Amino acid sequence: MRRSVSIAVLVAALVTGMGTIAMGQNHFLAGAQEKPAATEVKIDNFSFGPATLTVPVGASVTWTNRDDIPHTVVSTDGVFKSKVLDTDEKFTFTFSKAGTYPYFCSIHPKMTGKVVVQ
Amino acid sequence: MAGKVKDEILYDHNHDGIDRRGFLKCMAWAGTGALCVMSGGVLKSYSLSRLPELSPKEAMGELSFVQISDSHMGFNKPANPDVAGTLKAAVNKINALSAAPEFVLHTGDISHLSKPEEFDTVDQILKGAKPQDVFYVPGEHDVLNDDGKQFLERYGKGSKGAGWYSFDKKGAHFIGLVNVLNLKAGGLGTLGHEQLEWLEDDVKRLKHSTPIVVFAHIPLWSVYPEWGWGTEDSAVALAYLKKFGSVTVLNGHIHQVMQKVEGNVTFHTACSTAFPQPEPGKAASPGPMKVPAEQLKSVLGITDVNYVQGQHALAVVDSTLA
Repeated sequence: MRRSVSIAVLVAALVTGMGTIAMGQNHFLAGAQEKPAATEVKIDNFSFGPATLTVPVGASVTWTNRDDIPHTVVSTDGVFKSKVLDTDEKFTFTFSKAGTYPYFCSIHPKMTGKVVVQ
Repeated sequence: MAGKVKDEILYDHNHDGIDRRGFLKCMAWAGTGALCVMSGGVLKSYSLSRLPELSPKEAMGELSFVQISDSHMGFNKPANPDVAGTLKAAVNKINALSAAPEFVLHTGDISHLSKPEEFDTVDQILKGAKPQDVFYVPGEHDVLNDDGKQFLERYGKGSKGAGWYSFDKKGAHFIGLVNVLNLKAGGLGTLGHEQLEWLEDDVKRLKHSTPIVVFAHIPLWSVYPEWGWGTEDSAVALAYLKKFGSVTVLNGHIHQVMQKVEGNVTFHTACSTAFPQPEPGKAASPGPMKVPAEQLKSVLGITDVNYVQGQHALAVVDSTLA
């Protein structure tokens, strides 16, 4: 009898513990969506800076074109695609899944970069 | 620079002061103004200031046309807040030529942001040019956001695919190619399989003696691949043109004058009517070069090409707007 009680307690503790972890994750995700991490990529001198940006899942990344020439931000795998960005125009994309997202400027394809979401 | 041309002749095959196989390097920086006359598939070049020294025959030929490029209508930043004004200046220059050219070739980047009003403004200004026929190929700035749909609607009448076409004038065969669509990450300009197939077929029927003029926006030779100044599959296109004795390739995109001869092919890039770009590798990026206002017109320009029928000669003249 005693033994089965302790098992029940243990199971309850485990369930509670898992629940806490799960809730923690949910809480974290919800928090990230409400207040995305500030992540910026600047387009300067025909290049993306930083060329590789690492962000957490749920982060919104904003690209700003600081060149005198228009550029675009286009995912190589078709995940996102900005309209053409003239000087000082911005494009924002929210990354909800982990992975590596290579992208380029479809007008000047030598310009490449990637966002690593983890 | 023009004075240097003679020094670069490696072997004078025809005893005419021109090296057919060698490299005729005439990097006439926008602003110096270069006149180039092609004979037997080779380009001779003169500085604009030497135009009066040319005989009328040399200067005119039987067919003359003008190349303009990179109007970038809508651009309004330093060094040129008035790209409409400098395009008008180019038109005035065209209208001042002693004999009106047959037509105008525009090698792309008509607009800066593909906006309808930008195209409208260019159309309006070019209506003021004596030659009423204007032939266009798109630049990457003309096909933003819609993969070139608007460009095709406006300028693509009678063209194939994404807007490529050919026509004949006084025995010369002109080919307009599109190399600014479907660009791949990390890559250069692209012609694509469909267009290359069309080109192969288009030139099949022509006699080898037919002078060929190819025009496209991005250079069809590797000017500076690090800045994307070249076309991935241009070698395939040039292979189809190998059999011809005289091939001239006219491009824009790099906003400066460069020429080179490779065998039977003369490559030539034109100035922009809007703003200059730096020499390859001489700046952090190929962004607009900011020059003092009083210098601007000396780095913008038009290209005047003359073809002398029967001699297979083409003359390429670059004049600045100053």
